[in-house]
Amino acid sequence: MNIYQEELLDHYENPSNYGTLPNPDITHEEDNPLCGDTIRMDLVVEDDTIKEVRFSGQGCTISQAAASMLTEKIQGKSLEEVKQLSRDDIMDMIGIPLGPVRVKCALLALKVLKAGAYGIKGWPGEENT
Amino acid sequence: MTQKKMHTSDFRPLDVQAIRADFPIFADTPPLAFLDSAASTQTPRPVVDAMDAYYDTYRSNIHRGIYRISEEATDQYEKARQNVARLINAPRTSEVIFTRNTTESINLVAYSWGSVNIQQGDEIVLTDLEHHSNLVPWQMLAQRTGATLRYLEITEQGLLDFMQLHDVLSEKTKLVAITHVSNVLGTINPIQSVIDAAHAAGAKVLVDAAQSVPHFHVDVQQLDCDFLAFSGHKMCGPTGVGVLYGKMDLLEEMPPFLGGGSMIRSVERDMSTYADLPAKFEAGTPSIAEAIGLGAAVNYITKAGLASIHVHEQELTKYAHDRLQKIEGITIYGPAPHQKAGVISFNMEGIHPHDVAGILDTVNIAIRAGHHCAQPLMKKLDVIATARASFYLYNTLEDVDRLYEGLQKAQALMIRRK
Repeated sequence: MNIYQEELLDHYENPSNYGTLPNPDITHEEDNPLCGDTIRMDLVVEDDTIKEVRFSGQGCTISQAAASMLTEKIQGKSLEEVKQLSRDDIMDMIGIPLGPVRVKCALLALKVLKAGAYGIKGWPGEENT
Repeated sequence: MTQKKMHTSDFRPLDVQAIRADFPIFADTPPLAFLDSAASTQTPRPVVDAMDAYYDTYRSNIHRGIYRISEEATDQYEKARQNVARLINAPRTSEVIFTRNTTESINLVAYSWGSVNIQQGDEIVLTDLEHHSNLVPWQMLAQRTGATLRYLEITEQGLLDFMQLHDVLSEKTKLVAITHVSNVLGTINPIQSVIDAAHAAGAKVLVDAAQSVPHFHVDVQQLDCDFLAFSGHKMCGPTGVGVLYGKMDLLEEMPPFLGGGSMIRSVERDMSTYADLPAKFEAGTPSIAEAIGLGAAVNYITKAGLASIHVHEQELTKYAHDRLQKIEGITIYGPAPHQKAGVISFNMEGIHPHDVAGILDTVNIAIRAGHHCAQPLMKKLDVIATARASFYLYNTLEDVDRLYEGLQKAQALMIRRK
């Protein structure tokens, strides 16, 4: 099994929740300095729950597909639930093993989300190292 | 340029199959198509054997040991230095300093030579084509001293705009630090002309030869360069050993870089006197096995013949250009094949270079994708990253065919619904 399989390619070609929101409560954008991929996340939050989410950006299949999958996952979830999402959750979501360079591609969306929503800096899984 | 430098007398076609048999990594069927030698090359058996022999039969520290195997280790370490000196035609073996890699060689010059030769208002000339290793050390030196960096630009074709040189050079110019071959575009710079012009302006010249010494004959006496730096791991040698060549009078006047054992003549509580060249610049126990491995690597590529390697790579590069150009939506950066070394940077429309490399990996083809430690050049090319295939003596036309097929596969996969 490799990373270029149907599900990921579908998300890459037809991403969910792609775009921006006119009046987001939270908006944040970052890039991956290793490859220049960018992700922006816009969120509308009501009663501590993610009401609407959009992502935009450019980059490789993994970074864009992971962002698309992540938006599906967090829609309607509480901010507290989303805060608990870990590196392992993203790896489970992607469902295939990735090398260390591509792991960063997969984690970029969660990194952007956590930095924007909670001010948490650093790569998921490496915050304390 | 390179035609003139080549020693045509040692030309004979490479026996690529015999060469490949020396590299265990190519033993699989189908073999790894390794197209990333500009980053680091593979290691032939004789190089590993030379290092094994050190570890298995005469492992010991060098210099000063009063016993047989230490004398053997010292002898082999110094023979490696002689091999390197012969390879680049250095007039004296003591002008060859072993370092960790090209980066450390350049940092050595930036710190040591730079600390006594660069002052506020001085200018250091670089080019658009520099790898970060020949850029950041000079930025740091400029920040320490108040010197200014000037850049020679490239043309649309990715060639150095040589006409700018005369505008950029002045009495303020103290150093020109220039890559011989671009690790991104493969451009072979006209360094002989640059060196001559820089010397006429009273400036010294450092040549980043990381992408040239492994691939064609480089003669420091003919070039008359002041410093030349390269890495063992890009020429069939191990990681952890690199070379700085410097003219003796410059090296003798320079203060030491790192202090410690081996680099001293005598040490008192408050001051020391320093060892003669090359020990002055080799503080601490060096990478002994790796230097011996590099010596074996020099033997290996010399035996294959640098002129033969160059001709082989030119053939591969031309063939790859011809084939890859036929792929719809491909952009190949840099000059025409005859003006460059065995490096091809490209992008495929609608496919991120990481995806290009990732898809090729699924069919056992290794290429590089990213900014290639040349972010200012990426900006100049107006791209975030490129994919890059690079060649060495063990690559075959079949490797190129597989690259071509792999790229078609990538295209079919990624742009299937457009």
